[in-house]
Amino acid sequence: MSDWKAICRIDDIPVLGARRVRRPAGVDVAVFRTADDRVFALLDRCPHKGGPLSQGIVFGEHVACPLHNWAISLVDGEARAPDIGCATRFAVRVEDGEVSLLAGEVETLAVDDAASAGVDPATARRMTEEVSSCAQSQDPRVEKTIPIVSA
Amino acid sequence: MTKMKLVMVGNGMAGVRTLEELLKIAPDLYDITVFGAEPHPNYNRILLSPVLAGEQTIPEIVLNPLAWYAEHGITLHLGKTVAQIDRVRRVVRASDGTEAAYDRLLVATGSTPFILPVPGKSLEGVIGYRDIADTEAMIDAATKYKHAVVIGGGLLGLEAANGLMLRGMKVTVVHIAPWLMERQLDDVAGGLLRKSLSDRGLDFLIGAQTESLVGDAGDGGAGRVKAVRFKDGTQVPADLVVMAAGIRPNTALAEAAGLHCQRGITVTDTLQTVTDARIWAVGECAAHRGIAYGLVAPLFEQAKVCATHLAEFGIGRYLGSQVSTKLKVTGIDLFSAGDFMGGAGCDEIVLSDPQGGVYKKLVIKDDKLVGACLYGDTVDGSWYFKLLREGRSVSDIRDRLMFGESSLGDAGHQGQNKAAAMADADEVCGCNGVTKGTICKAIKDKGLFTLDDVRKHTKASASCGSCTGLVEQIIMATAGGDYSTTPKKKGMCGCTDHSHGDVRESIRQLHLLTIADIQRALSWRTPDGCSSCRPALNYYLISTWPKEAKDDPQSRYINERSHANIQKDGTYSVIPRMWGGETTAAELRRIADVVDKYKIPTVKVTGGQRIDLLGVKKEDLQDVWRDIGMPSGHAYAKALRTVKTCVGSEWCRFGTQDSTQMGKDLERGLWRMYAPHKVKLAVSGCPRNCAESGIKDVGIIGVDSGWELYVGGNGGIKTEAGQFFCKVRTSDEVMEMSGAFLQLYREEGWYLERTVHWIARVGLDTIKQRVLDDVANRKALWERLQFALDGEPDPWFEHDKAAVDTRQFIPLVPA
Repeated sequence: MSDWKAICRIDDIPVLGARRVRRPAGVDVAVFRTADDRVFALLDRCPHKGGPLSQGIVFGEHVACPLHNWAISLVDGEARAPDIGCATRFAVRVEDGEVSLLAGEVETLAVDDAASAGVDPATARRMTEEVSSCAQSQDPRVEKTIPIVSA
Repeated sequence: MTKMKLVMVGNGMAGVRTLEELLKIAPDLYDITVFGAEPHPNYNRILLSPVLAGEQTIPEIVLNPLAWYAEHGITLHLGKTVAQIDRVRRVVRASDGTEAAYDRLLVATGSTPFILPVPGKSLEGVIGYRDIADTEAMIDAATKYKHAVVIGGGLLGLEAANGLMLRGMKVTVVHIAPWLMERQLDDVAGGLLRKSLSDRGLDFLIGAQTESLVGDAGDGGAGRVKAVRFKDGTQVPADLVVMAAGIRPNTALAEAAGLHCQRGITVTDTLQTVTDARIWAVGECAAHRGIAYGLVAPLFEQAKVCATHLAEFGIGRYLGSQVSTKLKVTGIDLFSAGDFMGGAGCDEIVLSDPQGGVYKKLVIKDDKLVGACLYGDTVDGSWYFKLLREGRSVSDIRDRLMFGESSLGDAGHQGQNKAAAMADADEVCGCNGVTKGTICKAIKDKGLFTLDDVRKHTKASASCGSCTGLVEQIIMATAGGDYSTTPKKKGMCGCTDHSHGDVRESIRQLHLLTIADIQRALSWRTPDGCSSCRPALNYYLISTWPKEAKDDPQSRYINERSHANIQKDGTYSVIPRMWGGETTAAELRRIADVVDKYKIPTVKVTGGQRIDLLGVKKEDLQDVWRDIGMPSGHAYAKALRTVKTCVGSEWCRFGTQDSTQMGKDLERGLWRMYAPHKVKLAVSGCPRNCAESGIKDVGIIGVDSGWELYVGGNGGIKTEAGQFFCKVRTSDEVMEMSGAFLQLYREEGWYLERTVHWIARVGLDTIKQRVLDDVANRKALWERLQFALDGEPDPWFEHDKAAVDTRQFIPLVPA
C-alpha cells in the first residue's frame, strides 16, 4: 500500500469540522477531524437524500447531515438507528500531521455514485425513491451490506 | 472470561422490552435466562381485547417469536412458574425443580386479576382476564354457552364484554360504582358510553353488589357456574363469569424472598429494588414512588432506564409518568386525563351533544388546564394532554380552547379528525408526506408502541405536530399502544437531563463562557455534545455574555457557518440586505451582473421583500458577496431577518405614518441580532396593514396619533395573529419598545423557540410587566441590546471578526 496521496495538514481541517476533497471524477470526499484529532473520510453524500456531509456538525464520532440531521458514524459510515443507510468510507492515514488518502480510492471509489451535488431532477427523484425503499426494508442487517460499494 | 448471569422472572412486555434495550447497548454482557409461566413467547397483552373481539389472532400479537430468544442465546423456560428466589445462594427455583443461578435478577412478574372474595369464586367458568389462556377460555365458552357476566365496568371489563358480545354471547356487565369507568370518566361521559354500549346489545347492572356465584351441581356450590346472585336477592344467569374488578401487582414471589413491597415491589428511580442491589423490577409488579403503572408507555420508559443500569452504564433515571386513557373498543372514541372531575376552585368548560354522541369537558384551575374528559371526538386529546402536562396558562386561548388546536389555525392535514375514516393512501402528516398506510406498516413491522417511536421511524408528526392526534389514533388502533410522557421538565437532548431553562440559568449564575465549561459544570454525558445541543449552547453563550464569550462556528448549523442558506442539492442561496425593502437601480444592476457572471440559475423575490439568488456554488459565495457589495441579509440565520414595510405616507394616499423610514430605522438598529430563532418585523403605515404586521414577531401599525405594536405573530405552520403589546407616539419609542421586547426574548427564550411560543410559555402579562411597566428594566434591556450589537461585524465582509473560516469555501485538491 504505497500509493497514499497527501491531501492536507491536519491543521487545515477545523477541529470538530471537515474539508471537502475534490476528485478528478465523482462526488467529493469529506475529511473530518474529531475533538481528539482523529481524522476520518467519507463520501460527501448522505445516504438519505445526498446532503453534503462535509457541511454538517461533527460531534463525538458522528456527523449530522446538514439537510435532515441524520447522524452518520464517521467510523463505519452507518446512519444512526432507526435511520438506515451507509455512506462510503475512505481509508485515511495521518503521519507527522499530514493527512493522506489512498490514490486508488480517490480516483475510483464510488465515482459511479450517481448522485453528486447538482444532480438533475430525474436523478434526484430516483435517489429519493431508492432511499425510501431502503427505509421500508424490514431487516436492517440486509441493508448494511448494500451501500458499501467496493472499488 | 465468563459472562455474568442475568435471570428474568416473567416473560411479559416490560421484561422482554428491558432485555431488548439491554441487548442493544450491551449484547455480550450476560448469559440470559428467562422463566415464563405461560407457554407462549412474549406477546402484546394489550391486544388480547382485539383477539377476543375477533379482530386479530394470537400469532399476530406475538412480539418476540421463539427464534428471537434463540438468536440472542437466551435460555427460555416456558410454562415454568418460579416458586422461590434464594437470595443467599442467588438461585431461582421453578415449581418443577428447574434452577438457575444469577448475578443479576430482573423481576417482571406483572399483575394478577383481582378475584372478588365471594362464595363460588372457584367454580368452573369463573375466570380473570389477563392472559392468552383466559382469552382462549372465553372464546371457547362463547362457542358453547349463551350467558356471560362481566364483573367490573372499567376499561378491561368493557373490552371483555364487548369481545364476548361480538362472539355471540348475551353479556351483562355488573358494575358497583354509579357509572361506567368511574376512574376515567365523569358521570355524563359514563352515561354516553353506557348508552352507546347498550345500543350495541350489552346489558348493564349498575350499582349491583355481587353476593355469590351459583354452581350447577350439588347445593349450588360446585360444578360450573350457572348464575350470579346479588345482595338484593335477584340473580342473572351466567355460564361464564369474567372478573375484571381490577388488578393487583404480582408480588407474592418477591415478598416471599423478603423484598420490600408496598403496592408493588418497591424500586428506586433506577428500577433497582430497595432491598437487594442485585435485583431489579420493572413493569406492573414494580412500585415506583408508590405507583404501579399498568400502561405500556411508562413500562417501556422503565425498561429503557433499567437496561442502562443492567448494562452498567449507570445513566438515566425514571421519574414517573403522567398517564391518560383511551378505550380499545372499535367505534368508541374516549379520552381522559388529569383531574377530569373538577370540583371546588375549578371551572368547567363543557360541550354536550348527547344526540350527536359528543361530549367534552375541560377542567380549568388557576387559568391552567388540569383535566379533560372527551367522548365521541378525541382528536384533540393529545393537545389537551400536552397543555395539561406543560401547565401553561390558557388564559389567552380560553375562548377557543374547547374547539381544539385546529381552531388556533392549523394546517397540513385537511382538517381530518378521525383516523379510522381515512384510507391507507391518505396523507396524515403533511410536513413529511407520511400516509396512514406507511404509519400502520411501520407500527406492525417494527413493533412500535409510542408516539416517539413512530416519530423516529416514520417522521410522522415529527415536524409541526399538528397531526399528533391522528397519529395517536392510528397507534391506538394498530398496536393498542397508549402514550404518556415523563414530567414536563425535559432534558435539552440525549446529552443531558438539564432543561433549556436550567442551562440558561447556570450559564448566567456560574458565568460560564465556553461550551466545554458548560458541559463540565453540568456533567454532560457526551464528550462534545451533539448537533442539537451545541448550536443552542453557542447561542446561549453569545447572547448571555456578548463581547465576552467567543462564537464557535463549528457549533453552528451550516447556514450560519457559511452565511448562506444550504439548498437540497448542496448549493446555497444568497439574499442581500435591502433596508426596509427599498433598493436602487445601482444595486439591481450589480445583482443582475452577478447573476450573469456566476450563472445563478434562479432569482426570486421573497415574502420578506428581498431578492433571493438560488443555486450559488459554495466556492463562489465570497465572490458573489463581494461583487454584489450589499450587506448580509441574514436570511440564513436565527437572527433578525427582514423588516417588511408598506410605502407609507411618503407616497400612499391613505398612509398616516412614514412606515418605510420607520422600517429602515428598525432594520439598521437591529440587524446582526442573533436570537433563539428567526425574527421578522413589519411596519405598516396605516391600519390597512399592507405589510402584514399582524403575523410578525414584532408588527408595527401606524395610526394617526402614533404607532401600535403587536408581538408574537407568526405566519408559519400555525398561523398566529400577533397580540397587542402597546401604543406609542414617537418612532424613538417604537425602537425602544421593540428592542427591549426582543432583548428579553434573546436573554430568556429557548433555542429554536419563536416569540409566539416563548410568549405562550412565560405569558404576555409577565413580558408586558417587565418591558412596559418597569421603565428602568426596559431602558436596561434596550441598552444591553445596543451594547451587544455595537460593532458586530457583517460576516460577508468582515470574515475575521465574524469568525468565518474561509477555508470552507476552497475545496482541497490532492497533489
